[in-house]
Amino acid sequence: MNLRNYLNKIKPNFQEGGKLHAFESIFDGFETFLYVPNRTSTSGVNIHDAIDSKRIMSMVVIALLPAMLFGMYNVGYQNYLAAGTLATASLFEVFLFGFLAVLPKILVSYIVGLGIEFAWAQWKHEEIQEGYLVSGIIIPLIIPVTTPLWMLALACAFAVIFCKEIFGGTGMNIFNVAVGARMFLFFSYSSKMTGDAVWVAQESILGLGNNLPDGFTMATPLSQIGQGILPNTSIYNMVTGLIPGSIGETSVIAIGIGAFILLWTGIASWKTMSSVFFGGVVMALIFKTLGMTPIAWYEHLILGGFCFGAVFMATDPVTSARTETGKYIYGFMIGAMAIIVRVMNPGYPEGMMLAIFFGNMFAPLIDYCVVNQNVSRRVNRLKK
Amino acid sequence: MALFSKQNKEIFCNPLNLDNPIMVQVLGICSSLAVTSLLKPAIVMGLAVTIITAFSNVIIAAIRNTIPNRIRIIVQLVVVAALVTIVSQILKAVAYDVSVQLSVYVGLIITNCILMGRLEAFAMTNKPWPSFLDGVGNGLGYALILVIVGALREFVGRGSLLGFQLIPQSAYDAGYMNNGMMTMSAMALILLGCVIWVHRAYFYKEK
Repeated sequence: MNLRNYLNKIKPNFQEGGKLHAFESIFDGFETFLYVPNRTSTSGVNIHDAIDSKRIMSMVVIALLPAMLFGMYNVGYQNYLAAGTLATASLFEVFLFGFLAVLPKILVSYIVGLGIEFAWAQWKHEEIQEGYLVSGIIIPLIIPVTTPLWMLALACAFAVIFCKEIFGGTGMNIFNVAVGARMFLFFSYSSKMTGDAVWVAQESILGLGNNLPDGFTMATPLSQIGQGILPNTSIYNMVTGLIPGSIGETSVIAIGIGAFILLWTGIASWKTMSSVFFGGVVMALIFKTLGMTPIAWYEHLILGGFCFGAVFMATDPVTSARTETGKYIYGFMIGAMAIIVRVMNPGYPEGMMLAIFFGNMFAPLIDYCVVNQNVSRRVNRLKK
Repeated sequence: MALFSKQNKEIFCNPLNLDNPIMVQVLGICSSLAVTSLLKPAIVMGLAVTIITAFSNVIIAAIRNTIPNRIRIIVQLVVVAALVTIVSQILKAVAYDVSVQLSVYVGLIITNCILMGRLEAFAMTNKPWPSFLDGVGNGLGYALILVIVGALREFVGRGSLLGFQLIPQSAYDAGYMNNGMMTMSAMALILLGCVIWVHRAYFYKEK
């Protein structure tokens, strides 16, 4: 309990009149992150869950770790594979290269996003909101590894301000912050976010990795399909994730571990998650039957950002539908929409981001309809 | 009444700031999103709206007592339509490329809510001179926002202003890129929101 005692000792500095009062919200943020606060509401009747939202967020971050670690390894793997030196490199070297390539992105994302959150909280005299803990790690995982850091910083700032703070902060936002950041990058700097030249780290870091020749390109399986070529990747690679793609989205196994953690702890709703997959399957089967897509339905699910979006982003409790029936509709809409965009829009090889944005937009309407449906059903029951 | 009395000054100055047609009344949003991807069309559009608002205000104010109340909207529309046609023809003759960029939006000035709003709310009940000031003020208030948004969008979206490249090639070589989203009208709406946000933060103190 030394840490607790230490926190208690320095606490007066941050309170009203203390010399470090300007950093009160930061202290408060760290304190409540480390220890569950004993504050309770002073008015009205409230239901308290056993864990508070900071603990929930930490759990999601833990669930994201497998995808992140595998993503780091895959960044190294793709670089060494492209240079043809994979056989001579040790596993550790490959991972370390990927780690060094991804780490700056995670740092930039957290520093920019949390910086704005802290400043905002201090300015408004509010508590620091915990939502960015998760967004800050999702954002680096859903961008290509070659994204310049300044673009990432800009996107994080844009997403935090325009997708979250202006709506009133965590819990009030309509749109998922991570999707907002990716949307911003996609529409602002599309040449750095799609195409064949962005998926493999091109420069060596601290002597690790390989410098790839200028103009090196490597298409993702989905963009190959978009160009009308059948991808030559094996199902094994698609499932393990040893394919080019955004940093954290490639491995179905790593995302599966995360999904298991989220479902086991009850943080993500299995209704949303399963209906996203169901929607994807239905739509992929329809397109396959119509002959509009060359790949099988299960390949649609394991390629691109479908799994990552379904597990970590569609299930965001704030932006998804909140009614139980609504979750099914919401999930189905996202899954179906993702495949529709993929297959029918030649400009976008991947549609998960747009589908989640679309789903977020409709979530309040879905909830409204479900609630009204319930109300009218009960009114009818009363009349009989 | 003196030409530049205090009252007239207010009529002219209010629409520039505290009664701005875009920022406060939130009128004319459609055209301000559509024509602001470059600064030049934004300026031309702002001027066109200013001229048309001013002169339609004057004409309507001059004949306001002779207009039968029941057909006043039609009379107003005829005046506005005539002015819009004149401006559109002049634009085609003088600055053809800009008129192509503005395309339908010059013609659509006729449906601009600011115009009809000023005619109905001001010109119908005021003398020509104050109506003229009111029209110029509202037109300039509209143009002001168009220029702010247009300048931001062209600078960030294309690195230039009025077609002159401002961001040097060396910056692009160092990795800077133009923001493609700025050239979309979605971003214009966000920028417009920011302009309104800043304006409210400065001029509307919560009581």
